[in-house]
Amino acid sequence: MTKLTCLTLSEAQKGLRAKHFSAVELTQAFIQRMAEKRDLNAYITETPDHALKQANVSDQLLAKGEGRLLEGLPLGIKDLFCTRGIRTTAGSKILGNFLPPYESTVTDNLLKAGAVFLGKTNMDEFAMGSANVTSAFGPSINPWRSDTAPAKKLVPGGSSGGSAAAVAGHLALAATASDTGGSIRQPAAFCGLVGIKPTYGLCSRWGMVAFASSLDQAGPLTHTVLDAALMLKVMASYDPKDATSRQLDIPDYPTNLTPGVKGLRVGIAQEYSENLSPASQTLLQQGIDWLTQAGATIETISLKTTSYALPTYYILAPAEASSNLARYDGVRYGLQGEGKSLDELYENTRRLGFGEEVRRRILIGTYVLSAGYYDAYYLKAQKVRQLIASDFQDAFKKVDFLLTPTTPGGAFGVDERPSDPVTMYLNDIFTVTVNLAGLPAISIPAGFTDDGLPLGLQLIGPALSEQRLLNAAAVIEEAAAFRQSKKVQQLGENYVG
Amino acid sequence: MLVENKNLIQGETGLWEVVIGLEVHAQIASKSKLFSGSSTNFGADPNTQVSFLDAGMPGMLPVINSFCIDQAIATGLGIHGTINRFSVFDRKNYFYADLPTGYQISQFHYPIVSGGYLDIDLQEGRTKRIHITRLHLEQDAGKSIHDLHPHYSYIDLNRAGIALMEIVSEPEMCSSAEAMAYVKKLRSVLRYLGSCDGNMEQGSLRVDANISLRRPGEELGTRAEIKNVNSIRFLGQALEYEIYRQLSILESGQEIVQETRLFDPGKGETRSMRTKENAHDYRYFPDPDLKPLILSSERIHHIRSQMPELPDAKKARFEGEYGLNDYDAHILVAEKEIADYYEKVVSFGKNHDKKQAAKLVANWLTGEVFAAMNRDNLTIHQVPFLPEHLAELVDLIMDGTISGKIAKDVFVQMWQTLKSPRQLVNDLGLQQISDVSFLEATVEKILKEHPDKVASYKAGKIQLFGFFVGLVMKELQGKANPTVVNEILKNKL
Repeated sequence: MTKLTCLTLSEAQKGLRAKHFSAVELTQAFIQRMAEKRDLNAYITETPDHALKQANVSDQLLAKGEGRLLEGLPLGIKDLFCTRGIRTTAGSKILGNFLPPYESTVTDNLLKAGAVFLGKTNMDEFAMGSANVTSAFGPSINPWRSDTAPAKKLVPGGSSGGSAAAVAGHLALAATASDTGGSIRQPAAFCGLVGIKPTYGLCSRWGMVAFASSLDQAGPLTHTVLDAALMLKVMASYDPKDATSRQLDIPDYPTNLTPGVKGLRVGIAQEYSENLSPASQTLLQQGIDWLTQAGATIETISLKTTSYALPTYYILAPAEASSNLARYDGVRYGLQGEGKSLDELYENTRRLGFGEEVRRRILIGTYVLSAGYYDAYYLKAQKVRQLIASDFQDAFKKVDFLLTPTTPGGAFGVDERPSDPVTMYLNDIFTVTVNLAGLPAISIPAGFTDDGLPLGLQLIGPALSEQRLLNAAAVIEEAAAFRQSKKVQQLGENYVG
Repeated sequence: MLVENKNLIQGETGLWEVVIGLEVHAQIASKSKLFSGSSTNFGADPNTQVSFLDAGMPGMLPVINSFCIDQAIATGLGIHGTINRFSVFDRKNYFYADLPTGYQISQFHYPIVSGGYLDIDLQEGRTKRIHITRLHLEQDAGKSIHDLHPHYSYIDLNRAGIALMEIVSEPEMCSSAEAMAYVKKLRSVLRYLGSCDGNMEQGSLRVDANISLRRPGEELGTRAEIKNVNSIRFLGQALEYEIYRQLSILESGQEIVQETRLFDPGKGETRSMRTKENAHDYRYFPDPDLKPLILSSERIHHIRSQMPELPDAKKARFEGEYGLNDYDAHILVAEKEIADYYEKVVSFGKNHDKKQAAKLVANWLTGEVFAAMNRDNLTIHQVPFLPEHLAELVDLIMDGTISGKIAKDVFVQMWQTLKSPRQLVNDLGLQQISDVSFLEATVEKILKEHPDKVASYKAGKIQLFGFFVGLVMKELQGKANPTVVNEILKNKL
């Protein structure tokens, strides 16, 4: 029999309902695995006692046949979602002791569906990063190792690195994540997982520590497309407490999941196909072939504003962040520095509390909003953002979705991370456009680098096309047979290192 | 009558023109805050009316209170402004201990109301039109208390997030009197609409005044901003002081420093708080947590249809319908409660001469009633008799039952005993005596008792007429009908 920790979310769901094992057994298996794999540093806070209590309740409900959609299923929760009474740090020292007195809407939805929370997963500080190396709690480590240098520790991607490491390393069945510029999809690609960034407004932002409000969107990291559909169904909801929440009935994604792209038009954007590594180039071609074989037609299109997306993102996201993070001032909660005057209190609190990357982005954001620079930077970036969105709108008149690589390449070493922030920002080159346009996109593990590390393909659709994306992703999932590869099988049992 | 009032000041070096523009912060009379459900009750224990949003907790999001939007629309219509169907909430970023999120949600580029005006009431029935630039919505900050502890400051967040309307005038006022009249008029309109209680002592209405001096016809001078003035009287004092201060500086050839100043009511002077060099760069940008505010024309029409009659319209109606003069009408409409009370009294009157009755009611209200209210420090709602009783008193005067003089005594009794005037007149036997034969007998008796005075009168000392009237009145305890007495006396003499 497969180890419990190697199950997918939906397999575990079936197993619990069929009473092959109990929620407590399942949870205990994960708690044990978490203890064994602490070197992944996937969790900032583990909550085993809490998880077992929840699992107990789930077992009682399951015994009565009253199990809810995610009853008894152990999950990792990105430490960006406020959880009532459970420390929530956002990967920052400044919130190192913060116990939220409220539950975020997304985690509340999960709790109401019966999910078990194993703990809070590691992340880049305030979700600012692409390698999980800016976390105040140390970097999280990718469970994958390359064929040529198996001793080298790799990054899981970021900012949802801990969530990705937890799921890929089988320290959770699935995990919540958030995506401001690629923070779900890039770690998914680096760790061989499925990650979906929903349409802006599909998941409530209430209770989610804000990075860049107009770009932040919650989503799941899972082993399979079906698992992603299941998680998304529960996480998404209209929330009157979030003024940017979409008022709609959430479709039954898992039930409606039918792999297929027959008759659909797939767009290949020129701008996303340039300067790819040979492996990524091959993978993109592979993706085209799979979708064509499944009955889709391919059209080459152009998204001319693509090259402006990264600079636009790195103006708008820091601008919003500089304002969103102003509340961490040491006055009411969180870390408090010493200070004889108010300014001294601010300076010491924020110098102590924020890491280098967060400070950099606060400074960039403050600069681009300053009098005299606002028009040249912030306002211009807003205009470009509009152009990027309308570029996509035009594209979706011609095609049903786009196929792109998720990242330019595979995971890099923790010690190889670029010292130059701009090189690091290039990780997001294929993912940020989607956030700027508020569109949904999904990353599916589809192949390997020459070194045997996972690579992902990304599908981008028009607003609220999540079901279409999931159905198309399932086609790639089947064709790529990624999970059937020996490497994935090994990872669950005994990863190298 | 609209007038061009330049109100120039004669300095030693020539004439100066005062230019004043006002920014009024009016707290919306709403039970809950602009973006959270917290209560807005005044005077609650510190930090007891604070939601997680108000406290700037992580992940908390603002949701617009649509009642506050409706109040802003009504106010915009009340000041003759244009309601913008599209407006945007911006973040005004600055650090302060009583600003939990590090930004205030306000409206910068796209306010909910643009344009408008108020006709302010000046002396001798003159009015002047003051244009309004804009009205926008914003959150209030919390309160910092610095004088409770030698080393620490205390923060009360009860006020944080309360809805304010900032109403910005054009710099069109040229004296402290005009500025005071503007605030009075604005407060009156706000109270009529019920969108703000106008209570300046509790801080529901706060005024920032921008003031500068210039040579007539020249470019605007450098201004000073006097912040947070919380009474109309203080506004007048602050502006007077500031005019004197700026005049002295300019006359001595120096320049005004652009700065923010505070008024110290104890010393009656303004003092510098912050110069332009230390001014904040607020880094305004649209709040990404809130979508632009889109208003339907139906919503605006509906609010317009529910608007009460406003002071200017009411004043015009009082002048036409009740024949009141400008002064009385102005005084009666200044506060809606007074105007309502006045109309109630008039409506209870039974005399067929409605206009005459309405004028008499106006006289009584602005005279005896106001005086007694001031004496006892009461509001119109606390007046100890019913509006019906005041109407009855006027009826009694008009039908000749009592004289105006006796009515004043009855009024004193009404205030103290809460009895109806008719009952008081009966109980105390105060009915006016108009019986001619009875009065003739009294007059003859008086004339007989004073033959010397009668002789003097007849010899040409006609001033003695009043003396005889007085004696008759005294004889009859003031109840004699003065008109009849006068007539009889003339005949007899």
